[in-house]
Amino acid sequence: MTVHFKQDQPATDNRLDTMAQGVIGKPLPRIEGLAKVTGTAPYAAEYVCENCAEGVLVTATITRGTVVRVDIDGAMRMPGVVAVIEDDRLIARPAQGTANEAPKQQPRTVCYWGQPIALVVAETFEQARDAARRIAVEYRDDGDVAVTPAEVAAEEQEDETVREGNLDKAMADAAFAVDATYTTQGHASAAMEPHAAMAQWDGRTLTVHASLQMLNYNICELADAIGIGAENIRLISRFVGGGFGSKLGISEEVVAASLAAMQLQRPVRVVMSRQQVFQGIMRRSETTQRLRLAANSDGALTGFGHEALVSNLPGEEFAEPVLQSSHFLYPGENRELVLKLARIHRMTAGSVRAPGEAVGMPALEAAMDILAEKAGIDPVELRLRNIPDKDPERGLPFSSHKLAECLRQGAEAFGWDHGSRLARQRREGEWWIGTGMASAARVHNVAEAKARVTLKADGTAVVETDMTDIGTGTYTVVAQIVGEMLGLRPERILVDLGDTRHPRGPGSGGSWGAASIGSAVYVACMAIREKLAAQLGTDESQLRLSDGKAGDGQTLVELLDGSDIAQTGHYEPGRIKDDFAASGFGAFFAQVRVNHYTGETRVDRMLGAFGFGRVLNAKTARSQCLGGITWSIGMALTEALEFDPRDGHLVNRDLAEYHVPVHRDVPDLDVILIEERDPAASFIQAKGIGELGMCGGAASIANAIYNACGARIFDYPMTPARVLAAMPD
Amino acid sequence: MASELIVNGRPHRLPDDPRVSLLDYLRHDLGLTGTKKGCDHGQCGACTVIVNGLRINSCLSLAVMHDGDQITTIEGLGTPEAPSPLQRAFLAHDGFQCGYCTPGQICSATAMLDEIANGWPSDASASLEGRFEPTGEEIRERMSGNLCRCGAYANIVAAIADVATESDA
Amino acid sequence: MRAFDYRRAHSPEDAARLTQAPEAMLIAGGTNLLDLMKLQVETPELLADIGRIGFAEIIDTDDGGLSIGALATNTAVAIHPRVRRDYPVLARAILAGATQQLRNRATTGGNLCQRTRCFYFTDIDQPCNKREPGSGCGAIGGVNKLHAVLGASDHCIATYPGDMAVAMAALDARVIIGAADGQQRSVPVRDFHRLPGDTPWRDNVLDPGEVILAVELPAPLEGMQIYRKVRERSSYAFALVSIAAVIAVENGAITRAELAFGGLAHKPWHDPRISELLVGSAPSAELFDRAADLLLESAEGQGDNDFKIPLARRALHAVLAQVMEQAA
Repeated sequence: MTVHFKQDQPATDNRLDTMAQGVIGKPLPRIEGLAKVTGTAPYAAEYVCENCAEGVLVTATITRGTVVRVDIDGAMRMPGVVAVIEDDRLIARPAQGTANEAPKQQPRTVCYWGQPIALVVAETFEQARDAARRIAVEYRDDGDVAVTPAEVAAEEQEDETVREGNLDKAMADAAFAVDATYTTQGHASAAMEPHAAMAQWDGRTLTVHASLQMLNYNICELADAIGIGAENIRLISRFVGGGFGSKLGISEEVVAASLAAMQLQRPVRVVMSRQQVFQGIMRRSETTQRLRLAANSDGALTGFGHEALVSNLPGEEFAEPVLQSSHFLYPGENRELVLKLARIHRMTAGSVRAPGEAVGMPALEAAMDILAEKAGIDPVELRLRNIPDKDPERGLPFSSHKLAECLRQGAEAFGWDHGSRLARQRREGEWWIGTGMASAARVHNVAEAKARVTLKADGTAVVETDMTDIGTGTYTVVAQIVGEMLGLRPERILVDLGDTRHPRGPGSGGSWGAASIGSAVYVACMAIREKLAAQLGTDESQLRLSDGKAGDGQTLVELLDGSDIAQTGHYEPGRIKDDFAASGFGAFFAQVRVNHYTGETRVDRMLGAFGFGRVLNAKTARSQCLGGITWSIGMALTEALEFDPRDGHLVNRDLAEYHVPVHRDVPDLDVILIEERDPAASFIQAKGIGELGMCGGAASIANAIYNACGARIFDYPMTPARVLAAMPD
Repeated sequence: MASELIVNGRPHRLPDDPRVSLLDYLRHDLGLTGTKKGCDHGQCGACTVIVNGLRINSCLSLAVMHDGDQITTIEGLGTPEAPSPLQRAFLAHDGFQCGYCTPGQICSATAMLDEIANGWPSDASASLEGRFEPTGEEIRERMSGNLCRCGAYANIVAAIADVATESDA
Repeated sequence: MRAFDYRRAHSPEDAARLTQAPEAMLIAGGTNLLDLMKLQVETPELLADIGRIGFAEIIDTDDGGLSIGALATNTAVAIHPRVRRDYPVLARAILAGATQQLRNRATTGGNLCQRTRCFYFTDIDQPCNKREPGSGCGAIGGVNKLHAVLGASDHCIATYPGDMAVAMAALDARVIIGAADGQQRSVPVRDFHRLPGDTPWRDNVLDPGEVILAVELPAPLEGMQIYRKVRERSSYAFALVSIAAVIAVENGAITRAELAFGGLAHKPWHDPRISELLVGSAPSAELFDRAADLLLESAEGQGDNDFKIPLARRALHAVLAQVMEQAA
């Protein structure tokens, strides 16, 4: 049966802390880890499937126009070619996260270079790839269209706008003021596993192995796209080779494989090439951001302005939420926050790890560094002086707030020098050396989630949900919650994820996965505990379960007496969402070296201190932080999508020229997990951690570059060219 | 002339279509899907396998070019029942997240430790001659052909360093 | 990838015979060719695999130099004891390029013939005079941060992307070239690659039917050997600018200065006037500035790559700093 719990109040009982198993929070190795390190974990394209045909997408070679004719004759005559799928239901863009409906279809209306327009299916991959290049497409080209934000008038996103007091006056009256404009270039998720789908159709049910983050939404998106009921679809994503936002919604290969399998009555696999992933999947929008900070003589903010310009295709609702944490991170009664969206014809802009803060925080925190310098206040101290006691715009209390602890503990552990911050003071050979810091913030979300937990008569447990593990650690933390609540060692628990035959989870995205699915699992386990307590004739609160035994007496096997107990937990965030402002907080500290001659920057060491509620697994939580910090390094120094200024096509569409950090770019990293309980964040007092690690980290590097060599740079990434251009003689 | 290649000690017939990359041959024809396709252009290292003792990108090699070659894939290094020391160390240090680059990292690291032992220098070596130590900087440079987008680098280096020190002792 | 016939050559003669076929190409390591074949930038109808015909030896020459077989891998060259001892700039350049996985396959001959990384060359849906003569140059007016500031033309602004050849140019190595009729000729590495001019599809001076047999390094040169590569990532990235230098200083004056530059042009750039300027003078910032003036006197940026001009100057000063440090 299903037990529904809607959270309207903070969960202050902290029951997980009162359990006896002692496994929650522990740094357990991943329960699916052995499969991953031995190469036996199957990803979407790797399931064995008889008679599977191979599909390769055909993509547009114009920016804007209409497909007049697709000449398939040449391709169809090639050996092994089975079909060219030109179905109007093919999607032309990936779905935005949580869309729950099909994205724009109309494959013949081209809106960006590289848009998929057809699928070639052949017996082998080599045949299909070659044939896809032999398709001659005739277009009616609409000619020049806007491909850069500067070409168009941007639309103000009025929901985001805040204008309070008089910022201009506050700036004029300020003891110290900063007015600086930053740019960030586009980013790609660049998950290591390319987007892939393998579809099978038995005349009634469509089964698709795909690489997706949010099956609970994806099943509806796919159903909507192809026009069959969701009950006739089964999506499976047991292992996902990284997502980072790029697999939130269904993408072109999922629909293409499905339509082809249905049309051809045989299984079809479609794996996007790396170039297609770059050109056809979500980009993070480039941004231009103006920061205005007004402070009194103590460094307290009296005015706060953050305006941002982002872009997307016509028809897309998503606008990179650059200001998300700017609304509450710092005070200032005179406020002006404005987000504008330019409609241009680059590929779809959408969620890439930490949409919003990933680019908003590095701009804000770089501006804060300038303010600290102008005011002559230590940058850590400046932030400590500007921690609001409630959400400065909405007036809500914070569910919890660990910024001060993160700043203090982080500074201590890093060995932060609170003394003079004069730039360009330390030189070793060719290298200027300096340090920098920044605050971290990332809004916290939870989502509705369901999971079925079965305590089996043999004393093992099974957890079933369509929630995914995209590398975040879901498998393991779910096992830890069940193990803690039911008194089982994790190896006695089978966690079965990523299958839509199971109850709907929250999906992996927005850092809400663990807190949401964990709360659903917790609800189910509580219901099982109630049943067990009833059987023992005791109160649930008196039930002490550990290592498969109830108290010192009966084993669970004896207690269950041959029958299973299955409960579905249904967690739903309620009013609590409106009563509190919830966010993860943190602080970054970096030491860099900048080459005097070449402008090359290397990160010597970096530390992040983060407060994000309950730590469910100290090992995987730390790894999430390491990942975020690594992304911070990429954003600060190397990552930039480059678009042709004439037709808007992405030119650096591979991993040789889109520079994600390599091993040598990433030094030893320190992470401090500042344990807390946030009862208003979720039923298990946990918040998200998947994104916080990159929300501001790039600014700590930027600020360290300035401290090292005196180059104040306003454009990310800070490449050698940009460093040299800004470096004093 | 041989018309087969040896994968993890077992002979297999070469494919008929010469276009088939060693990577696709392993994954598709032999079902050895532990070797991953990340970019198909030698830019990510997920497809790293060991051929006649040397690590290579299996995506940038045709299967037919390898007649008679000895190929070791992740499946040949260890199994869930009997993982190799590096596989165990990756697990212990959480040297992965999504797991997709992991087999390539482990194949690469396996060969890399031999390269250090054999006295091969790297871009990070202060001197081109002498004995090379598996320092953090050496490991990082030598492993830079294996991208990890999850950002598990710090843990991967710790895992490799652990094994390198053990085998040293 | 287009369909092709695959043949394994069992001897050099075999290879020469196979390449007589129209649209035939040689494959050795395959690290560059297969990359481009998958993109259909290269579409050979016959692929002749020369991976096992020998020509991988690295042997001493009579004049004290070293002959490197065309099929010696980058790894084999970089770890060779004599290369490490006598030609460290070459070992350093190779180790600064690509990754161990790629170097284990890439060959000396193949690396010399490595094609440009220009975004417009590697995308067959874009114009490129190098790939498709007469189609135009997409990089001019496009994204061109990787591109040439020296020796470019209105037809092509691509760069040669490699590192190894830059060191070979500084060492004044020679490329030994064999023709199908058995004739051999040798060309200095400095003259092996061409400038694009109005025939950008010709990367180098190889005529149809010719193959690289070996690269010969002259007897070791006295002096410091330095390879300096500036890149956006700390590893696994192509050079923005690179400098290979062999510089000797005696009694406070420069007695040898052989410098070659990567990342600036369609070929490893070598300007004999720089050596003439430097030799005989004491190393100084002022002197190196004059060398940079010479190097860059005709440099012209395309917008995104303008930074390479000051960067090349600063990289030269970085080399000077290394020279001063080592000389001290």
